[in-house]
Amino acid sequence: MNEIKFQDRIDAEIKIEPKDWMPDAYRKHLIRQISQHAHSEIIGMQPEGNWITRAPSLRAKMILLAKVQDEAGHGLYLYSACETLGISREELVQQLHEGKAKYSSIFNYPTLSWADMGAVGWLVDGAAIVNQVSLQRTSYGPYSRGMVKICKEESFHQRQGYEIMAEMAKGTAEQKAMAQDALNRFWWPSIMMFGPQDSDSPRTGNAMKWKIKRQTNDALRQDFIDKTVGQAEVIGLTIPDPDLKWNDERQSYDFGEMNWEEFWNVVNGNGPCNKQRLAHHKKAHYEGKWVRDAAKAYTKKQELVAN
Amino acid sequence: MAENATVWEVFIQSKNGLAHKHVGNVHADDKVMALENARDLYTRRNEGSCIWVVKSEYIVSSETEDSEAFFDPSNDKMYRHPTFYTMPDGAKHI
Repeated sequence: MNEIKFQDRIDAEIKIEPKDWMPDAYRKHLIRQISQHAHSEIIGMQPEGNWITRAPSLRAKMILLAKVQDEAGHGLYLYSACETLGISREELVQQLHEGKAKYSSIFNYPTLSWADMGAVGWLVDGAAIVNQVSLQRTSYGPYSRGMVKICKEESFHQRQGYEIMAEMAKGTAEQKAMAQDALNRFWWPSIMMFGPQDSDSPRTGNAMKWKIKRQTNDALRQDFIDKTVGQAEVIGLTIPDPDLKWNDERQSYDFGEMNWEEFWNVVNGNGPCNKQRLAHHKKAHYEGKWVRDAAKAYTKKQELVAN
Repeated sequence: MAENATVWEVFIQSKNGLAHKHVGNVHADDKVMALENARDLYTRRNEGSCIWVVKSEYIVSSETEDSEAFFDPSNDKMYRHPTFYTMPDGAKHI
C-alpha cells in the first residue's frame, strides 16, 4: 500500500522529503549515490590541490583556490543532503575510509602538468555538469535542491578549465602539445565517468523507476560528447578517438569502444592514485582530530562558565 | 570516531529588506563557528547581507503526512480571498 502511494507521488513528480515514507531500497540507493557524489567532490580536491602552489600566475592561483574551495562546499551540500536520510557524517567518512563507499574513478588519475588543470575543468567538470543538470530533477527533495545550488556554481569551473586549454592550444608548440596530451589522457576516463553502458548497469531500472536518475548513463554520455566535440575543434585540439564521426541520421556523434577492463580495474582500487587519494584523506582527517576535539572542549567550557 | 558536531540550520537574507530564507545546514560546535561556517559555505558569491543560524534540534516542524488534516481548516474559507466577492459593474480601484 505504502509502496503504491509512494510510486504514485513519484509518477506525479511530487518530491520526496526526508520525513516521508520511502521504501528501504530507495533510501539505500540514495545514500549510496549521494555519498559517492559527496566523496567525489572532496577527493576531487586533491588532484587540483596538487597544482595550487605551482600555478603559473597569481590570477591562476586565485582561481584554482576558489575552485577547490567550491568543491569542498559542494561536498558539504551533498553530505547534508545525505544526512537527511538518517546516516551521520562520521558514518559516511568511515564508509569511505573502509572502502565501502566509492568516489568517482576519474580522481584516481594523476594530474601531471598544468594543462591537466585545463582538462579537469573542461572535461571532468563538464561531464559532471551534464550529470548534475539532469539530477536537478531527481525525486528526492534535498538532493535536488543541492544539485540546483551546485549547478549555479559549476559553470565557472568548466569555463576556467576551457580557458586554460584554449590559451595553451594557441601558445608555443610545446604548450599546445601539453594541452593535447592532457586531452588524450583525460578524454576516455571523462566519458567513462557516466558509468557502465545501460546494458551493464544493473541498478538503472530502479533508479529510473524511482526517478532518482532522470536519464540513463548512455544518454548522458552522448549528450556530453555531442556538446564537447565542437569545443575541441574551436581551440584546435583533437579528440583521441579515431572512430568519432558525426551521424547525420541520429544527429549525434558515433564514438569508439571504451576500455571497460581499465574502468573496472580503477573502480576496484587498482588505478594509478587510488591508494594515495585515500591515504591522504585519512591523514588529513586524523591530523585534524585535535582541532575538532579542541572546538568541543571549548564549547563545553563556555557552557560551564555560563552556568 | 568523534561524535557528530551539532547541526545548525542556516537562513540567509539576500538583501536588506527581504525575508531570511532557509538555505541548508552546517556542522559546528558553537554559535560563532556556526556563523562563520555558514558564511564560508553559503555566501561565497555575495548571496547574503545577514545570516541566521539556529540549532536544528530547536526547529519544530509539522508532519508532511498529516498536512491534509493540519491545513484543512483554511480550505473551506474561500471568503478569505478577494476573488470570492462580486463587484458591481463599473466599480473601479477596488
